Amino acid sequence: MELSEKLRILSDSAKYDAACTSSGVDRSGEGGIGNASVGGICHSFAGDGRCISLLKILMTNYCLFDCKYCVNRRSNDVPRARFSPDEIADLTIGFYRRNYIEGLFLSSGVIQSPDYTCEQIIETLSILRNKYNFRGYIHAKAIPGADPELINRLGTLADRISVNIELPSQKSLNALAPDKSKKSILLPMGHISGRIRENKYDIVKYRSAPKFAPAGQSTQMIIGATPDSDLQILRLSEAMYRNYTLKRVFYSAYVPVGDQKLLPPAGTKPPLLREHRLYQADWLLRFYGFRAEELLDEEHQNFDPMFDPKCNWALHHPECFPVEINTAEKEMLLRVPGIGVRSAQRIVIARRQAKLDYKDLKKLGVVLKRAIYFILCGGKRFDGLIVTEEGIMRQLMSESAASEREKQDFSNMQISFFDAGNMLPTMEDRVKCLTGEM
Amino acid sequence: MLNGRDVIYCYDGSFDGLMSCVFESYLKKEIPSEIITGEQEQLTLSEVRYIETNIKRSERVMRGIKNKISDNALLFIKQAFLTFVPQRDMLILDFIRKGLKFGRKAEFMLTDDTVDALRKAVYHCTHEAHLLEGFIRFSDHGGFLSAVISPKNKVLPLIGDHFTDRLGGENFFIYDKTHRMAFVYIDHRGEIMENIDFELPPPDECEQSFRELWRDFYNAIEIPERRNPRCRMNNMPKRFWENMTEMERDNGNILLDLPQSDENDKID
Repeated sequence: MELSEKLRILSDSAKYDAACTSSGVDRSGEGGIGNASVGGICHSFAGDGRCISLLKILMTNYCLFDCKYCVNRRSNDVPRARFSPDEIADLTIGFYRRNYIEGLFLSSGVIQSPDYTCEQIIETLSILRNKYNFRGYIHAKAIPGADPELINRLGTLADRISVNIELPSQKSLNALAPDKSKKSILLPMGHISGRIRENKYDIVKYRSAPKFAPAGQSTQMIIGATPDSDLQILRLSEAMYRNYTLKRVFYSAYVPVGDQKLLPPAGTKPPLLREHRLYQADWLLRFYGFRAEELLDEEHQNFDPMFDPKCNWALHHPECFPVEINTAEKEMLLRVPGIGVRSAQRIVIARRQAKLDYKDLKKLGVVLKRAIYFILCGGKRFDGLIVTEEGIMRQLMSESAASEREKQDFSNMQISFFDAGNMLPTMEDRVKCLTGEM
Repeated sequence: MLNGRDVIYCYDGSFDGLMSCVFESYLKKEIPSEIITGEQEQLTLSEVRYIETNIKRSERVMRGIKNKISDNALLFIKQAFLTFVPQRDMLILDFIRKGLKFGRKAEFMLTDDTVDALRKAVYHCTHEAHLLEGFIRFSDHGGFLSAVISPKNKVLPLIGDHFTDRLGGENFFIYDKTHRMAFVYIDHRGEIMENIDFELPPPDECEQSFRELWRDFYNAIEIPERRNPRCRMNNMPKRFWENMTEMERDNGNILLDLPQSDENDKID
């Protein structure tokens, strides 16, 4: 089979993985080819608007497993192909030199056994790191069920490792991924986070200790394939950020891949607005100091399509507002709709030099249209502001979100991924949370 | 103007030249009504004074900025010089005057009109540089890598080091078509050249096959059910497309792909 044909098949079958970030590690070239920059770099954007940062491919799309939601499931009739480790390495270097990509994201269907599959991935990464002295970004998928020793080797070669949870409850997993279990997914995640933690101490002790997955661990959940609620998903995300110190949780709106009894039928539109709301909420957890239980509760298990989660929170907490811009704590500024992480930062800097008024806020990047209902400048409301419920709603409602509104009846099926014992954060976790470290 | 006469400064367009203008302004205790470069023809009733570029004077001004404002302020001014904000040189002069008056506080006076305008211009410039670190496409011509960009800001000084570090000692060349400048890196030495013209040579067979592989990948990685041209354009504005391999059709035309009215576009 021609290389171009293989590339088409194996990138097409990798495209449902949402992660394409290249952030989290800074490394200079030092004579090898490639470096990594901590903020990550997007190299292109596909027709669906998603960032292309890494050469995202499967080593092979042959697979022993038969996960119903997956396009590469054993029982699906699709063209199959397989790259050799050398082919992947050559392609990566050829693309990298031309600055098409920031590095490689390598995943694979499971062939022969999880161990064998993992060994093939390791071989590919070894060629890149050792033969080509490649110092760019590598994101590798840990194959569930592979020997922990193999995962350890993978971690010394890759910058980021991920294990996809895919479905947020045991019930959904049972129904749709008969070959996977909560345990087979969480075991490697726990192992990886343990190694990352140990490695932090090693590096402090011995500067030359090899780094283990320096850009950390991430995972992905599919949205809309199962009846799991936003609350379940967000709680799970929060627990994973806390218990497994994950760098990122990705959400992927389910795109039907063939007709399956248990899944939304082909032609169902992917729930993009819902995915968007979950990302907004995820940001609120990581950068704005919100907790999942502040955003959703048993009575409100799903996000309002009309309002973003932060607006929604603000509307339900009139007792917290208005906030005086010139004196409020930064934590409180971050909770005002229309003020983001950067504008909050600028407000804090600028108000030390001069008292701020509404005109100044505009310069600092505050979205006044939204913020004016929640703030005071020098004890004063915005001039001519008339507060009516309808007016507020109109200004805060996300444009056209209304048309997307669809009522769905989610049966309440709360299945926790975490046992009560695991839920208790360690002292270390709490410190991380306070310092806002990602 | 402190001495009551309207004067326009004209300099050679170099950073040292602008610093010499700043020196002149302090020396003569005057504020010019405008600062222009030799290229800008001006029909005016005011006096136009040509300011010689004087390295010693420029260094004195830079030292003053470092000592009286901060190291960071000098970096900020150098970045501001790469931007295309209207009245850029007058804004830089005003910022230096404020800095020398208020000290390092000036950097944090974010609501001051001058600081605000310069901060936004610098953000636009560094952001464009960051985007280009991703969007630049090199072509391999017998082991020599070359790329063409058309940025609005003079980003070459900001991105040269990134590629020097990244490309592991390979020889390469980045041509800025807008400003007719280039960053050249040959035999472990990089430099910026001005006033040059360059056209990418046609690709050889190997280069052509890599371009096609990249286009194959680019097309395969899109999820058609999520098609969202507006989102793509927000993230990757059209002005970058002309130099990007994947946006070019095999016949050399740029892929024209107008937004459809799709519900997906509306998500904010």
